[in-house]
Amino acid sequence: MRKLLMWCAGGLLAAVASSGAASAEVPPANPIKLGATLSATGVAAFLGDPELKTLQLYVEMINAKGGVLGRKLELINYDDGADPNKANANAKRLIEEDKVDFLIGGTTTGATMAIIPLAEKAEIPFISLAGAVVIVEPPKKWVFKTPHTDRMAAEKIFLDMKKRGLDKVGLLSENSAFGQSGKKETLGVARKHGMTIVADETYGPKDADVTTQLTKIKGTAGVQAILVFGLGQGPAVVTMNYGQLGLTLPLYQSHGVASEEYIKLSGKAAEGVRLPASALLVASVLPDSDPQKPVVTGYVKAYTERYKSDVSTFGGHAYDGLMLAVGAIKRAGSTDKAKVRDALEQTKGFIGTSGVVNFSPTDHLGLDLSAFRMLEIRNGTWTLAK
Amino acid sequence: MLSQTLQYLFSGLTSGAIYALAAIGFSVIYNASGIINFAQGEFIMLGGVSAVLLTAAGAPLPLALAGAVVVGALAGLLLVKLAIERAGQASQASLIIITIGASIFLQGLAQLVFGKGQKALRPFSGEEPIRIASATLLPQSLWVIGVGAALVLLLAWFFGRTRLGKALLATAHNRLAAQLVGIDVRLVLAVSFVISAAIGAIGGAVAAPITFTSSDVGVMLGLKGFVAATLGGLGNAMGAVAGGLILGFTEALAAGYISSAYKDAVPFVLIIFILLVRPRGLFGAKVTERA
Repeated sequence: MRKLLMWCAGGLLAAVASSGAASAEVPPANPIKLGATLSATGVAAFLGDPELKTLQLYVEMINAKGGVLGRKLELINYDDGADPNKANANAKRLIEEDKVDFLIGGTTTGATMAIIPLAEKAEIPFISLAGAVVIVEPPKKWVFKTPHTDRMAAEKIFLDMKKRGLDKVGLLSENSAFGQSGKKETLGVARKHGMTIVADETYGPKDADVTTQLTKIKGTAGVQAILVFGLGQGPAVVTMNYGQLGLTLPLYQSHGVASEEYIKLSGKAAEGVRLPASALLVASVLPDSDPQKPVVTGYVKAYTERYKSDVSTFGGHAYDGLMLAVGAIKRAGSTDKAKVRDALEQTKGFIGTSGVVNFSPTDHLGLDLSAFRMLEIRNGTWTLAK
Repeated sequence: MLSQTLQYLFSGLTSGAIYALAAIGFSVIYNASGIINFAQGEFIMLGGVSAVLLTAAGAPLPLALAGAVVVGALAGLLLVKLAIERAGQASQASLIIITIGASIFLQGLAQLVFGKGQKALRPFSGEEPIRIASATLLPQSLWVIGVGAALVLLLAWFFGRTRLGKALLATAHNRLAAQLVGIDVRLVLAVSFVISAAIGAIGGAVAAPITFTSSDVGVMLGLKGFVAATLGGLGNAMGAVAGGLILGFTEALAAGYISSAYKDAVPFVLIIFILLVRPRGLFGAKVTERA
């Protein structure tokens, strides 16, 4: 027995020694590790699922072309089910056990906020794929993000309303993190744009009927337009009820509904609904002069060919995150975390699916309002609003 | 003003009818075994999801609805045969925990088969809302109400007039005594799960055009259904309907006259109050249990 153990120990030692030697001989073989924690399941799965698919697709494509700096990319992903505690544990595991070079993820704002302290402490560059402004405001040294913010969405909507001569708005927000953050930002920027919020109602993300809230808004004196801030099925229920009540007030939705599913669920009632969204959704109708046209059409083609399903802006956020990370690593010429971070912060004129990104030490989002397109649903599809 | 109130009531009626439909399923299993089936929401989900998948595959609506009921009933049978019966003489608390496990399993399975997105079932009789005064009601809401009423009558007949129904009630009251008079309690348990699951599935399919359907839709419907069932008195189908409607109406009126921010809080405060005064719910039987 003892002899056997000795043999085993000896064999192990030899194996360890030889693997050590092997890695010393060919150092470029070790991959660049990208750590991701995404919500591919759970309530935010419709965000996390296309994000994960996008990362997997593009890591594969980049590796097929020889990788980055002659090294392969390795994607290590853990699912957090939109639970901030799990996101925190995943990030810890990615940093301490997997020793990743870069963090991408945090599908939701809650998950992102749980990762930020770890990324800051471990001094590792982190690109979040979640929406809220708090992620980059105030700017944190190691934290960047790709999606448009809810504040930008509110401002874009207000600009469009002003153009149509509407300035009294009935707000209907979802009592979810996304909806309530949107509500706060909407109320915050309303005055700046000369808007008055005349009604302020909420609904639950799984409510089956919101005709009560819509009836109340309709009965509010002076109301000229309805703005809905929510994600997933809730806004579709609102739209259906809007149709049921036969309302004629212009209906605005946030960027949270920017997926084909919304149109399919809402049916006819979605006609004429306006919302701000990224160029990705209207890739085919963009004019050829648009700088984003080649990027978004390329992404749409690659994604739909591979997964046979429609693209959503959320997958695009993951594409932007990955490409920003790869660009920064290339410019830094190494995976030295501080150098990569500095290179990332110096990103200028990067054209992604969500707009043109110009990072600076005070702006870790790098997008302006031109990144949003105002869309209108016409004949069951997205068109650019005139 | 009047038309506003009418619309609030219609809104309450729509959600209330859905909650009631979800609540009815809880009463059958509770009647037969005294356990609360936390997988009931998943039976509702299976009904909606199956109906959507079948219609997408080209099945006509009546066939899709029948298919949904079969899928639901089958899930109920499997739950009983593979999990509940295997637990043998486990306590009610253990059985309840088994149903929670089954609920998580069914949700995961549905997510794999159905995907993570939401789908809508087309309304049974068109999308054109019914106008009464200046308030509107979707024709689908009438379907939900009608199916709920039919189920209540059917269950009243089943428990009151059939031997099997009476056997179910007897088993719940005293398992040992039921066994002594020759009731096959294993059969009774299996039947109760199959009936509950079928009720859940038909409810899920009928409500799907309004609530949409997804692999996680059962969580909310199951929870509201449970609250409605408790409010009305567990084990009483009539009470389940009353509980569901009360929940729906208070939600809508709270949203309309107080604030939509308190929409969920008001009914729950009401429920705490009702249960303090009547611990067995509004229509619950007065039963004294011997320790």
